Amino acid sequence: MASRHSDLADTFFQLKVLNGKEATDARFPAFSEVIKQASFPDGRLRPTRIEIFQVNVGKLCNQSCAHCHVDAGPDRKEENMSRENFERCLDILARYDIPTVDITGGAPELNPHFRWFVAECRKLGKHIMDRCNLTVVVSNKKHHDLPEFFAEHGVEVVSSLPHYSALRTDAQRGDGVFEDSIKAMRMLNAVGYGKEDTGLKFNLVYNPTGTFLPGNQAALEAEFKRQLKRKHDVEFNHLFAITNMPISRFLDYLLETGNYETYMQTLLDAFNPAAVAGVMCRNTISVSWDGYLYDCDFNQMLDLKVAAPNHLRDFDLEALERRDIVLNQHCFGCTAGAGSSCGGQVA
Amino acid sequence: MSKKHYFDPEDLKKFGNIGEWQKPMADKFFSWYGEVFKEGALTEREKALIALAVAHTVQCPYCIDAYTTDCLAKGSDEEQMMEAVHVAAAIRAGSSLVFSTQMMNHAKDMTM
Repeated sequence: MASRHSDLADTFFQLKVLNGKEATDARFPAFSEVIKQASFPDGRLRPTRIEIFQVNVGKLCNQSCAHCHVDAGPDRKEENMSRENFERCLDILARYDIPTVDITGGAPELNPHFRWFVAECRKLGKHIMDRCNLTVVVSNKKHHDLPEFFAEHGVEVVSSLPHYSALRTDAQRGDGVFEDSIKAMRMLNAVGYGKEDTGLKFNLVYNPTGTFLPGNQAALEAEFKRQLKRKHDVEFNHLFAITNMPISRFLDYLLETGNYETYMQTLLDAFNPAAVAGVMCRNTISVSWDGYLYDCDFNQMLDLKVAAPNHLRDFDLEALERRDIVLNQHCFGCTAGAGSSCGGQVA
Repeated sequence: MSKKHYFDPEDLKKFGNIGEWQKPMADKFFSWYGEVFKEGALTEREKALIALAVAHTVQCPYCIDAYTTDCLAKGSDEEQMMEAVHVAAAIRAGSSLVFSTQMMNHAKDMTM
Protein backbone atom coordinates (compact mmCIF):
# COMPACT_ATOMS: atom_id res chain seq x y z
CA MET A 1 0.00 0.00 0.00
CA ALA A 2 2.85 2.36 0.88
CA SER A 3 4.60 1.61 -2.41
CA ARG A 4 1.50 2.45 -4.44
CA HIS A 5 0.66 5.49 -2.29
CA SER A 6 -2.73 4.13 -1.25
CA ASP A 7 -4.79 6.26 1.17
CA LEU A 8 -4.90 3.21 3.44
CA ALA A 9 -1.14 3.39 3.98
CA ASP A 10 -2.12 6.20 6.35
CA THR A 11 -3.31 4.53 9.58
CA PHE A 12 -5.55 7.52 10.29
CA PHE A 13 -7.56 6.64 7.18
CA GLN A 14 -7.82 2.98 8.24
CA LEU A 15 -9.19 4.03 11.62
CA LYS A 16 -11.72 6.30 9.93
CA VAL A 17 -12.97 3.36 7.86
CA LEU A 18 -13.16 1.08 10.92
CA ASN A 19 -15.13 3.70 12.80
CA GLY A 20 -17.62 4.23 9.99
CA LYS A 21 -16.46 7.64 8.91
CA GLU A 22 -14.93 6.95 5.52
CA ALA A 23 -15.35 4.78 2.42
CA THR A 24 -18.37 3.00 3.82
CA ASP A 25 -21.61 3.93 5.52
CA ALA A 26 -21.43 0.93 7.77
CA ARG A 27 -21.44 1.63 11.48
CA PHE A 28 -21.07 -1.17 13.92
CA PRO A 29 -21.43 -1.12 17.71
CA ALA A 30 -18.22 -0.09 19.46
CA PHE A 31 -16.02 -2.96 20.65
CA SER A 32 -15.75 -1.35 24.09
CA GLU A 33 -19.57 -1.42 24.34
CA VAL A 34 -19.86 -5.03 23.20
CA ILE A 35 -17.32 -6.37 25.73
CA LYS A 36 -19.47 -5.05 28.55
CA GLN A 37 -21.51 -8.24 28.14
CA ALA A 38 -18.32 -10.32 28.52
CA SER A 39 -17.41 -9.73 32.18
CA PHE A 40 -15.82 -6.37 31.41
CA PRO A 41 -18.71 -4.14 32.58
CA ASP A 42 -16.76 -0.87 32.34
CA GLY A 43 -15.81 -1.59 28.71
CA ARG A 44 -12.12 -1.53 29.59
CA LEU A 45 -9.56 -4.25 29.13
CA ARG A 46 -6.46 -4.47 31.30
CA PRO A 47 -3.38 -6.69 31.18
CA THR A 48 -2.97 -9.77 33.32
CA ARG A 49 0.83 -10.00 33.43
CA ILE A 50 3.35 -9.30 30.66
CA GLU A 51 4.77 -12.67 29.69
CA ILE A 52 5.58 -12.09 26.02
CA PHE A 53 7.90 -9.39 24.71
CA GLN A 54 7.08 -9.25 21.02
CA VAL A 55 9.62 -7.41 18.91
CA ASN A 56 8.71 -6.40 15.38
CA VAL A 57 12.19 -5.90 13.98
CA GLY A 58 11.08 -4.29 10.74
CA LYS A 59 9.02 -4.28 7.61
CA LEU A 60 11.62 -5.71 5.24
CA CYS A 61 10.46 -9.03 3.78
CA ASN A 62 11.29 -11.18 0.76
CA GLN A 63 7.55 -11.68 0.18
CA SER A 64 4.59 -9.31 -0.39
CA CYS A 65 1.56 -11.25 0.87
CA ALA A 66 -1.91 -10.09 -0.11
CA HIS A 67 -3.23 -10.07 3.46
CA CYS A 68 -0.12 -8.74 5.28
CA HIS A 69 -1.10 -6.50 8.20
CA VAL A 70 2.42 -5.08 8.31
CA ASP A 71 2.38 -4.01 4.63
CA ALA A 72 5.82 -5.60 4.52
CA GLY A 73 7.84 -6.27 1.38
CA PRO A 74 11.22 -6.15 -0.33
CA ASP A 75 10.90 -2.37 -0.80
CA ARG A 76 10.58 -1.63 2.97
CA LYS A 77 14.31 -1.24 3.58
CA GLU A 78 14.28 1.82 5.83
CA GLU A 79 11.97 0.68 8.63
CA ASN A 80 14.22 -1.81 10.41
CA MET A 81 15.31 -1.94 14.04
CA SER A 82 18.67 -0.39 14.88
CA ARG A 83 21.33 -1.95 17.09
CA GLU A 84 20.58 0.77 19.67
CA ASN A 85 16.92 -0.29 19.97
CA PHE A 86 17.88 -3.98 20.11
CA GLU A 87 20.23 -3.12 22.99
CA ARG A 88 17.38 -1.31 24.75
CA CYS A 89 15.26 -4.47 24.35
CA LEU A 90 18.03 -6.57 25.88
CA ASP A 91 18.39 -4.19 28.84
CA ILE A 92 14.69 -4.54 29.55
CA LEU A 93 14.74 -8.32 29.11
CA ALA A 94 17.68 -8.55 31.53
CA ARG A 95 15.91 -6.36 34.10
CA TYR A 96 12.49 -8.00 34.10
CA ASP A 97 11.15 -11.52 34.40
CA ILE A 98 9.46 -11.65 31.00
CA PRO A 99 9.95 -15.27 29.92
CA THR A 100 9.25 -15.17 26.16
CA VAL A 101 10.70 -13.12 23.32
CA ASP A 102 8.56 -13.32 20.18
CA ILE A 103 10.44 -11.99 17.13
CA THR A 104 8.42 -10.93 14.12
CA GLY A 105 8.59 -8.68 11.07
CA GLY A 106 8.67 -8.56 7.95
CA ALA A 107 11.12 -11.39 7.67
CA PRO A 108 13.05 -10.92 10.94
CA GLU A 109 16.04 -12.87 9.64
CA LEU A 110 16.74 -10.09 7.11
CA ASN A 111 17.57 -7.64 9.88
CA PRO A 112 21.41 -7.56 10.10
CA HIS A 113 21.28 -7.76 13.92
CA PHE A 114 18.90 -10.75 14.05
CA ARG A 115 21.35 -13.55 14.85
CA TRP A 116 23.19 -11.48 17.45
CA PHE A 117 19.90 -10.55 19.14
CA VAL A 118 18.74 -14.19 19.25
CA ALA A 119 22.06 -15.28 20.78
CA GLU A 120 21.86 -12.53 23.43
CA CYS A 121 18.26 -13.46 24.31
CA ARG A 122 19.38 -17.05 24.67
CA LYS A 123 22.15 -15.99 27.06
CA LEU A 124 19.44 -14.35 29.18
CA GLY A 125 17.62 -17.69 29.31
CA LYS A 126 14.58 -16.48 27.39
CA HIS A 127 12.26 -18.68 25.39
CA ILE A 128 12.61 -17.39 21.83
CA MET A 129 9.98 -17.58 19.11
CA ASP A 130 10.83 -16.59 15.55
CA ARG A 131 8.00 -15.88 13.12
CA CYS A 132 9.78 -17.21 10.04
CA ASN A 133 8.05 -17.01 6.67
CA LEU A 134 9.91 -20.21 5.55
CA THR A 135 10.85 -18.95 2.08
CA VAL A 136 13.56 -16.71 3.54
CA VAL A 137 15.49 -19.90 4.36
CA VAL A 138 15.81 -20.78 0.66
CA SER A 139 15.88 -17.20 -0.66
CA ASN A 140 19.65 -16.82 -0.45
CA LYS A 141 22.58 -19.13 0.24
CA LYS A 142 23.52 -17.12 3.32
CA HIS A 143 20.21 -18.10 4.96
CA HIS A 144 20.47 -21.83 4.22
CA ASP A 145 21.95 -22.52 7.66
CA LEU A 146 19.06 -20.87 9.52
CA PRO A 147 17.58 -24.24 10.59
CA GLU A 148 20.90 -25.17 12.26
CA PHE A 149 21.11 -21.70 13.83
CA PHE A 150 17.57 -22.01 15.20
CA ALA A 151 18.30 -25.48 16.57
CA GLU A 152 21.54 -24.37 18.21
CA HIS A 153 19.70 -21.60 20.08
CA GLY A 154 16.57 -23.63 20.85
CA VAL A 155 14.37 -21.21 18.92
CA GLU A 156 10.69 -22.13 18.50
CA VAL A 157 9.94 -21.60 14.81
CA VAL A 158 6.45 -20.33 13.94
CA SER A 159 5.66 -20.15 10.24
CA SER A 160 2.72 -19.03 8.17
CA LEU A 161 1.33 -21.57 5.77
CA PRO A 162 -2.24 -20.64 4.87
CA HIS A 163 -2.94 -23.96 3.22
CA TYR A 164 -1.58 -27.42 2.51
CA SER A 165 -2.22 -26.85 -1.19
CA ALA A 166 -0.10 -24.74 -3.53
CA LEU A 167 -3.22 -23.22 -5.06
CA ARG A 168 -4.49 -21.57 -1.83
CA THR A 169 -1.05 -20.72 -0.44
CA ASP A 170 0.25 -19.06 -3.61
CA ALA A 171 -3.02 -17.12 -4.04
CA GLN A 172 -2.26 -15.35 -0.76
CA ARG A 173 1.52 -15.34 -0.54
CA GLY A 174 2.67 -15.23 -4.16
CA ASP A 175 3.61 -17.62 -6.96
CA GLY A 176 6.08 -20.30 -5.95
CA VAL A 177 5.81 -19.61 -2.22
CA PHE A 178 4.29 -23.02 -1.47
CA GLU A 179 7.06 -24.94 -3.21
CA ASP A 180 9.78 -22.91 -1.46
CA SER A 181 7.95 -23.30 1.87
CA ILE A 182 7.98 -27.09 1.48
CA LYS A 183 11.71 -26.99 0.70
CA ALA A 184 12.31 -24.96 3.89
CA MET A 185 10.11 -27.32 5.92
CA ARG A 186 12.22 -30.25 4.74
CA MET A 187 15.37 -28.39 5.86
CA LEU A 188 13.82 -27.71 9.27
CA ASN A 189 12.67 -31.34 9.59
CA ALA A 190 16.18 -32.50 8.66
CA VAL A 191 17.66 -30.89 11.80
CA GLY A 192 14.83 -32.22 13.98
CA TYR A 193 12.20 -29.45 13.86
CA GLY A 194 8.65 -30.78 13.97
CA LYS A 195 9.82 -34.25 14.98
CA GLU A 196 8.69 -36.01 18.12
CA ASP A 197 11.09 -36.01 21.08
CA THR A 198 13.67 -33.56 19.67
CA GLY A 199 12.31 -30.64 21.70
CA LEU A 200 12.61 -28.47 18.58
CA LYS A 201 9.20 -26.87 18.15
CA PHE A 202 7.99 -26.06 14.66
CA ASN A 203 4.47 -24.65 14.52
CA LEU A 204 2.42 -23.46 11.58
CA VAL A 205 0.07 -20.51 11.41
CA TYR A 206 -3.08 -20.88 9.35
CA ASN A 207 -5.17 -17.92 8.36
CA PRO A 208 -8.13 -18.07 5.97
CA THR A 209 -7.34 -17.17 2.37
CA GLY A 210 -10.50 -15.12 2.04
CA THR A 211 -13.39 -13.51 3.88
CA PHE A 212 -14.32 -16.46 6.04
CA LEU A 213 -13.41 -17.35 9.62
CA PRO A 214 -11.05 -20.19 10.47
CA GLY A 215 -12.62 -23.55 11.19
CA ASN A 216 -11.86 -25.68 14.23
CA GLN A 217 -8.13 -25.44 15.00
CA ALA A 218 -7.67 -29.07 16.07
CA ALA A 219 -9.47 -30.36 12.95
CA LEU A 220 -7.41 -28.08 10.69
CA GLU A 221 -4.20 -29.22 12.40
CA ALA A 222 -5.11 -32.87 11.84
CA GLU A 223 -5.88 -32.28 8.16
CA PHE A 224 -2.71 -30.22 7.58
CA LYS A 225 -0.62 -32.96 9.22
CA ARG A 226 -2.23 -35.69 7.15
CA GLN A 227 -2.00 -33.85 3.83
CA LEU A 228 1.52 -32.46 4.28
CA LYS A 229 2.85 -35.86 5.32
CA ARG A 230 1.00 -37.71 2.56
CA LYS A 231 1.85 -35.37 -0.30
CA HIS A 232 5.18 -33.85 0.76
CA ASP A 233 6.53 -35.96 3.63
CA VAL A 234 6.97 -32.94 5.91
CA GLU A 235 6.00 -32.60 9.59
CA PHE A 236 5.23 -29.95 12.14
CA ASN A 237 4.09 -29.83 15.80
CA HIS A 238 1.03 -27.62 16.10
CA LEU A 239 -1.12 -25.39 13.95
CA PHE A 240 -2.34 -22.00 15.18
CA ALA A 241 -5.53 -20.77 13.49
CA ILE A 242 -5.65 -16.99 13.21
CA THR A 243 -8.48 -14.75 12.01
CA ASN A 244 -7.70 -12.10 9.39
CA MET A 245 -7.80 -8.64 10.95
CA PRO A 246 -9.69 -5.97 9.03
CA ILE A 247 -6.64 -3.71 8.79
CA SER A 248 -3.89 -2.85 6.32
CA ARG A 249 -3.76 -4.95 3.12
CA PHE A 250 -6.67 -7.16 4.17
CA LEU A 251 -8.79 -4.07 4.81
CA ASP A 252 -7.74 -2.80 1.38
CA TYR A 253 -8.84 -6.14 -0.12
CA LEU A 254 -12.18 -6.01 1.73
CA LEU A 255 -12.90 -2.51 0.47
CA GLU A 256 -11.75 -3.25 -3.08
CA THR A 257 -13.97 -6.33 -3.33
CA GLY A 258 -17.01 -4.82 -1.59
CA ASN A 259 -16.70 -7.34 1.25
CA TYR A 260 -15.93 -4.95 4.12
CA GLU A 261 -19.41 -4.70 5.63
CA THR A 262 -20.15 -8.41 5.27
CA TYR A 263 -16.82 -9.32 6.88
CA MET A 264 -17.29 -6.93 9.81
CA GLN A 265 -20.81 -8.29 10.31
CA THR A 266 -19.37 -11.83 10.24
CA LEU A 267 -16.92 -10.86 13.01
CA LEU A 268 -19.69 -9.25 15.05
CA ASP A 269 -22.10 -12.16 14.58
CA ALA A 270 -19.35 -14.53 15.76
CA PHE A 271 -18.42 -12.39 18.81
CA ASN A 272 -17.58 -14.81 21.59
CA PRO A 273 -17.65 -13.32 25.11
CA ALA A 274 -15.52 -16.24 26.32
CA ALA A 275 -12.71 -15.23 23.97
CA VAL A 276 -12.23 -11.74 25.44
CA ALA A 277 -10.40 -12.82 28.60
CA GLY A 278 -7.76 -14.70 26.58
CA VAL A 279 -6.81 -12.10 23.99
CA MET A 280 -3.07 -11.73 23.55
CA CYS A 281 -2.85 -8.01 24.39
CA ARG A 282 -3.43 -8.99 28.03
CA ASN A 283 -0.06 -10.77 28.37
CA THR A 284 1.98 -9.25 25.54
CA ILE A 285 3.80 -6.02 24.88
CA SER A 286 4.60 -5.25 21.25
CA VAL A 287 7.69 -3.24 20.27
CA SER A 288 8.08 -1.55 16.90
CA TRP A 289 11.28 -1.25 14.87
CA ASP A 290 11.67 2.36 16.06
CA GLY A 291 11.24 1.43 19.73
CA TYR A 292 7.63 2.39 20.44
CA LEU A 293 5.37 0.21 22.58
CA TYR A 294 1.96 -1.12 21.63
CA ASP A 295 -0.67 -3.47 23.06
CA CYS A 296 -0.30 -5.85 20.09
CA ASP A 297 1.15 -6.06 16.59
CA PHE A 298 -2.19 -4.94 15.11
CA ASN A 299 -2.36 -1.80 17.25
CA GLN A 300 1.24 -1.22 16.20
CA MET A 301 0.24 -1.26 12.54
CA LEU A 302 -2.57 1.20 13.30
CA ASP A 303 -0.09 3.35 15.28
CA LEU A 304 -2.20 3.08 18.45
CA LYS A 305 0.51 3.36 21.09
CA VAL A 306 0.10 2.10 24.67
CA ALA A 307 -1.63 4.33 27.22
CA ALA A 308 1.54 4.46 29.35
CA PRO A 309 5.14 5.62 28.76
CA ASN A 310 5.38 4.43 25.20
CA HIS A 311 9.02 4.05 24.18
CA LEU A 312 11.70 1.51 25.06
CA ARG A 313 13.80 4.26 26.66
CA ASP A 314 10.95 4.96 29.15
CA PHE A 315 9.97 1.32 29.75
CA ASP A 316 8.00 1.03 32.99
CA LEU A 317 6.66 -2.49 33.59
CA GLU A 318 4.45 -1.47 36.52
CA ALA A 319 2.80 1.30 34.53
CA LEU A 320 2.34 -1.03 31.58
CA GLU A 321 0.67 -3.66 33.73
CA ARG A 322 -1.74 -1.04 35.09
CA ARG A 323 -2.64 0.48 31.72
CA ASP A 324 -5.93 0.33 29.85
CA ILE A 325 -5.48 -1.54 26.58
CA VAL A 326 -6.29 0.62 23.55
CA LEU A 327 -9.37 -0.85 21.87
CA ASN A 328 -10.86 -0.24 18.46
CA GLN A 329 -13.13 -1.96 15.95
CA HIS A 330 -10.44 -4.31 14.57
CA CYS A 331 -10.45 -5.98 18.03
CA PHE A 332 -13.55 -7.90 16.88
CA GLY A 333 -11.07 -9.97 14.85
CA CYS A 334 -9.57 -11.40 18.06
CA THR A 335 -12.91 -12.25 19.68
CA ALA A 336 -14.73 -13.95 16.79
CA GLY A 337 -15.52 -17.65 17.04
CA ALA A 338 -12.93 -19.46 19.10
CA GLY A 339 -10.93 -16.23 19.34
CA SER A 340 -7.59 -15.47 17.73
CA SER A 341 -4.09 -14.56 18.82
CA CYS A 342 -0.51 -14.99 17.66
CA GLY A 343 -0.77 -18.39 19.39
CA GLY A 344 -4.02 -19.35 17.67
CA GLN A 345 -7.43 -19.93 19.25
CA VAL A 346 -7.97 -18.58 22.75
CA ALA A 347 -11.37 -19.98 23.79
CA MET B 1 -44.60 -10.78 -3.29
CA SER B 2 -42.56 -7.60 -3.64
CA LYS B 3 -39.41 -9.21 -5.02
CA LYS B 4 -38.83 -9.99 -8.70
CA HIS B 5 -36.78 -13.10 -8.06
CA TYR B 6 -37.22 -16.33 -6.16
CA PHE B 7 -33.83 -16.66 -4.45
CA ASP B 8 -32.42 -13.91 -2.23
CA PRO B 9 -29.09 -14.62 -0.45
CA GLU B 10 -30.40 -12.62 2.54
CA ASP B 11 -33.11 -15.27 3.05
CA LEU B 12 -30.47 -17.77 4.15
CA LYS B 13 -30.04 -15.73 7.34
CA LYS B 14 -33.76 -16.26 8.02
CA PHE B 15 -33.49 -20.06 7.95
CA GLY B 16 -33.73 -20.15 11.76
CA ASN B 17 -37.09 -18.37 11.55
CA ILE B 18 -38.89 -21.45 10.22
CA GLY B 19 -39.64 -22.20 13.87
CA GLU B 20 -42.03 -19.22 13.98
CA TRP B 21 -44.79 -21.35 12.44
CA GLN B 22 -43.87 -24.81 13.75
CA LYS B 23 -41.45 -24.57 16.65
CA PRO B 24 -41.36 -28.16 17.97
CA MET B 25 -40.59 -29.59 14.54
CA ALA B 26 -38.05 -26.85 13.76
CA ASP B 27 -36.32 -27.41 17.10
CA LYS B 28 -36.07 -31.13 16.41
CA PHE B 29 -34.79 -30.49 12.88
CA PHE B 30 -32.07 -28.03 13.95
CA SER B 31 -31.00 -30.22 16.85
CA TRP B 32 -30.68 -33.24 14.55
CA TYR B 33 -29.02 -31.13 11.84
CA GLY B 34 -26.39 -29.91 14.32
CA GLU B 35 -25.75 -33.46 15.48
CA VAL B 36 -25.37 -34.73 11.91
CA PHE B 37 -22.57 -32.27 11.12
CA LYS B 38 -20.53 -32.89 14.27
CA GLU B 39 -17.32 -34.85 13.95
CA GLY B 40 -18.01 -38.58 14.17
CA ALA B 41 -16.78 -41.45 12.04
CA LEU B 42 -16.38 -38.73 9.38
CA THR B 43 -14.64 -35.42 10.02
CA GLU B 44 -16.56 -32.15 9.87
CA ARG B 45 -14.56 -31.28 6.76
CA GLU B 46 -15.58 -34.50 5.01
CA LYS B 47 -19.22 -33.93 5.95
CA ALA B 48 -19.06 -30.39 4.55
CA LEU B 49 -17.74 -31.78 1.24
CA ILE B 50 -20.59 -34.31 1.11
CA ALA B 51 -23.07 -31.51 1.86
CA LEU B 52 -21.57 -29.41 -0.94
CA ALA B 53 -21.93 -32.28 -3.41
CA VAL B 54 -25.53 -32.95 -2.36
CA ALA B 55 -26.29 -29.23 -2.55
CA HIS B 56 -25.39 -29.35 -6.23
CA THR B 57 -27.50 -32.44 -6.79
CA VAL B 58 -30.56 -30.87 -5.18
CA GLN B 59 -29.61 -27.55 -6.81
CA CYS B 60 -30.14 -25.48 -3.67
CA PRO B 61 -28.42 -22.09 -4.07
CA TYR B 62 -28.58 -21.40 -0.34
CA CYS B 63 -26.87 -24.71 0.43
CA ILE B 64 -24.24 -24.11 -2.27
CA ASP B 65 -23.31 -20.73 -0.74
CA ALA B 66 -23.38 -22.06 2.81
CA TYR B 67 -21.31 -25.16 2.15
CA THR B 68 -18.83 -23.41 -0.13
CA THR B 69 -18.04 -21.13 2.82
CA ASP B 70 -18.06 -24.06 5.22
CA CYS B 71 -15.74 -26.18 3.06
CA LEU B 72 -13.24 -23.32 2.80
CA ALA B 73 -13.43 -22.58 6.52
CA LYS B 74 -12.84 -26.23 7.35
CA GLY B 75 -9.72 -26.32 5.18
CA SER B 76 -10.80 -27.74 1.83
CA ASP B 77 -9.48 -26.16 -1.33
CA GLU B 78 -11.03 -25.54 -4.74
CA GLU B 79 -9.63 -28.75 -6.22
CA GLN B 80 -11.24 -30.90 -3.52
CA MET B 81 -14.53 -29.02 -3.74
CA MET B 82 -14.70 -29.43 -7.50
CA GLU B 83 -13.90 -33.15 -7.17
CA ALA B 84 -16.79 -33.46 -4.72
CA VAL B 85 -19.13 -31.79 -7.23
CA HIS B 86 -17.88 -34.14 -9.94
CA VAL B 87 -18.78 -37.09 -7.72
CA ALA B 88 -22.31 -35.71 -7.40
CA ALA B 89 -22.47 -35.04 -11.15
CA ALA B 90 -21.14 -38.49 -11.97
CA ILE B 91 -23.82 -40.17 -9.86
CA ARG B 92 -26.45 -37.92 -11.39
CA ALA B 93 -25.25 -38.72 -14.93
CA GLY B 94 -24.77 -42.39 -14.13
CA SER B 95 -28.24 -42.65 -12.70
CA SER B 96 -29.62 -41.56 -16.07
CA LEU B 97 -27.24 -43.69 -18.10
CA VAL B 98 -27.92 -46.83 -16.07
CA PHE B 99 -31.55 -46.61 -17.20
CA SER B 100 -30.29 -47.07 -20.75
CA THR B 101 -30.03 -50.76 -19.88
CA GLN B 102 -33.82 -50.74 -19.74
CA MET B 103 -33.92 -48.98 -23.10
CA MET B 104 -31.48 -51.51 -24.52
CA ASN B 105 -33.46 -54.47 -23.11
CA HIS B 106 -36.67 -53.13 -24.51
CA ALA B 107 -35.14 -52.30 -27.89
CA LYS B 108 -33.58 -55.75 -28.13
CA ASP B 109 -36.90 -57.38 -27.31
CA MET B 110 -38.66 -55.63 -30.16
CA THR B 111 -36.04 -55.66 -32.88
CA MET B 112 -34.54 -58.39 -35.02
